[in-house]
Amino acid sequence: MNRLGWRFVTGGAAIVLTAFLVLPLLALFLRVSPAVLLSRLGEPVVLDALRLSLLTSAAATLVVVALGLPMAYLLATRDFPGKRVIEVLVDLPMVLPPTVAGFSLLMAFGRTGLAGHSLEAFGVSLPFTTAGVVVAQVFMAVPFFVGPARAGLAGVDRRLVDAAATLRASEAFTFFRVMLPLATPAIMAGIAMSGARALGEFGATITFAGNLPGTTQTMPLAVYLALQSDLDAAVVMSVLLLAMAFGLLLGLRSAPVGWFWRRDARGTIR
Amino acid sequence: MLEARFASRLGLFSLDVELQVPDRTVMVLVGESGSGKSTVLRLLAGLLAPERGRLVVDGKTWFDSERGAALPANARAVGHVAQDHALFPHLSVSQNVAFGLEAQGVPRSEVKRRAASALERLGVSALAARRPHQLSGGQQQRVAIARAIVLEPSLLLLDEPLSALDAQSRRVIRSELKRLLATLFCTTLYVTHNPAEALAMGERITVIEAGRVTQTGARDDLMRHPRSAYVAEFLGVNLFRGSLVGTPAARADEGGAVRNASTPPGPSRIALPEGELVLAAPGSDGETSAIVNPREITLTLERPASTARNVFAGVIEELAPEPPSGERVRISVACVPPLIAEVTRQAVDELRLAPGTRVFASFKASGVVLPG
Repeated sequence: MNRLGWRFVTGGAAIVLTAFLVLPLLALFLRVSPAVLLSRLGEPVVLDALRLSLLTSAAATLVVVALGLPMAYLLATRDFPGKRVIEVLVDLPMVLPPTVAGFSLLMAFGRTGLAGHSLEAFGVSLPFTTAGVVVAQVFMAVPFFVGPARAGLAGVDRRLVDAAATLRASEAFTFFRVMLPLATPAIMAGIAMSGARALGEFGATITFAGNLPGTTQTMPLAVYLALQSDLDAAVVMSVLLLAMAFGLLLGLRSAPVGWFWRRDARGTIR
Repeated sequence: MLEARFASRLGLFSLDVELQVPDRTVMVLVGESGSGKSTVLRLLAGLLAPERGRLVVDGKTWFDSERGAALPANARAVGHVAQDHALFPHLSVSQNVAFGLEAQGVPRSEVKRRAASALERLGVSALAARRPHQLSGGQQQRVAIARAIVLEPSLLLLDEPLSALDAQSRRVIRSELKRLLATLFCTTLYVTHNPAEALAMGERITVIEAGRVTQTGARDDLMRHPRSAYVAEFLGVNLFRGSLVGTPAARADEGGAVRNASTPPGPSRIALPEGELVLAAPGSDGETSAIVNPREITLTLERPASTARNVFAGVIEELAPEPPSGERVRISVACVPPLIAEVTRQAVDELRLAPGTRVFASFKASGVVLPG
């Protein structure tokens, strides 16, 4: 294939794909006028769902980072029996149908579930609660954080880690002072991905936590409900979700380079 | 005092070395790349563990496979300066130097004071606020050394510290480094594959070939008694092995690759696997080795009519300035046995010596030295 033909094929495919991705978003924005958009934003249904979505996805992201970072560290630095299995388990929610995930969460943490039974004894009940929403979001968002974080930590130059050891740094000191700062861009990308995933989580949430306005009805659930009664409200919330996800991904993907240790980097850093 | 013995098999490569380094001395570790010298440093630093072995530094056991003792790298009083410096790219020069002190929980004021004095010692105080990528290779080198010695290690490991530098800064830093090492209260292992550096840096040299120590001792000892062709070549001398025969009468001129310009009775000879050497010094019969300094060898385009007793014909393989950008040129000549000659740049220009040129390498009988 000659040069022009190759350019035509690759460029053409990219244009088709971009159009395919942009068109639905465009359709959403064109569906309502900005005036309607602004006026409907203040409605209690929208605000309740927005507040709940922000709260739960922020909490879920915190839990994901707190539990996922140590896991990412171990996967990046150690070999241990059963590592393969753990890797698959971490990745599984990414490919699992969310309804199946929600259903299995119900089997585990439901009132009569495997662990739910014991939790009940302590007066803790997860299904159909706001905490349940967080659990469902955590379950679905984990792989989106652990993947990039692990890659980032594993990508830290082995020679720098060795240098830290010969400078008598403990493993923890090396983690916080060498690995974490150098893996920051990747970790921020992981936070953005998992946060966006938690924000958009629908299937596992509705299956495990139900659809109770003010308690478990996050934005994606509210959109689904509004589709049947109030199309304009659905559009408004969809646009809002879209803008937040877009901003989250774009912001955290481009910002870290300037925010953190590479502040004065002129060229590439070894 | 450092006493080490490491044995390990890594795939096809097997390592078995023994080292003894007296207190406060600089031991230079030389060997070709792949001979295992960097591995030895990593074993000493604790970044690798041997299958079997023992390591005692200043009376403290750092490793002993028999007793199952193994101090991790971060518990050893060791300073390791890696070939590529391995400075932390996200930290400033002063933060790099402070790193080890902070890792040990040294109080802040003391960290500041000690880091500053280490930087000053290496002459890089002015760079304290810079990041590694803003430094030249030589500056990075100094910072890496400051970062290692600020912890006052009992063992300092320098892995080809000058290899990343250009020839000019190498010479400057080499003499500075030598002065610095003399003031440190630690045992130093200095890895290099550069002969000039090896001879300049250490009074003691250990040679590693294919994972084994082939020779260790004082620098002058090695020069006088190189035990292998590699050591001889490394130190820049030609080494011959053969059997010494005192009486030349029965041996007429037989021709061949080696030819003696004239064969009066008297001098002894060394019968090589191919050809022979004539030497002026008498020696006792038997297996021996002989050394010829490359500077004793003259290169000519025609068979020399001089009084030189030893003449070898061959083709020039390689020319290398020695020292780099220096006035002399080292020339390897493919003859039997192969020879290294060192001649002036002027001679190279006059004779138009280049790889492939057919030459005669000749040297006097008095140029052949019997070790010992």
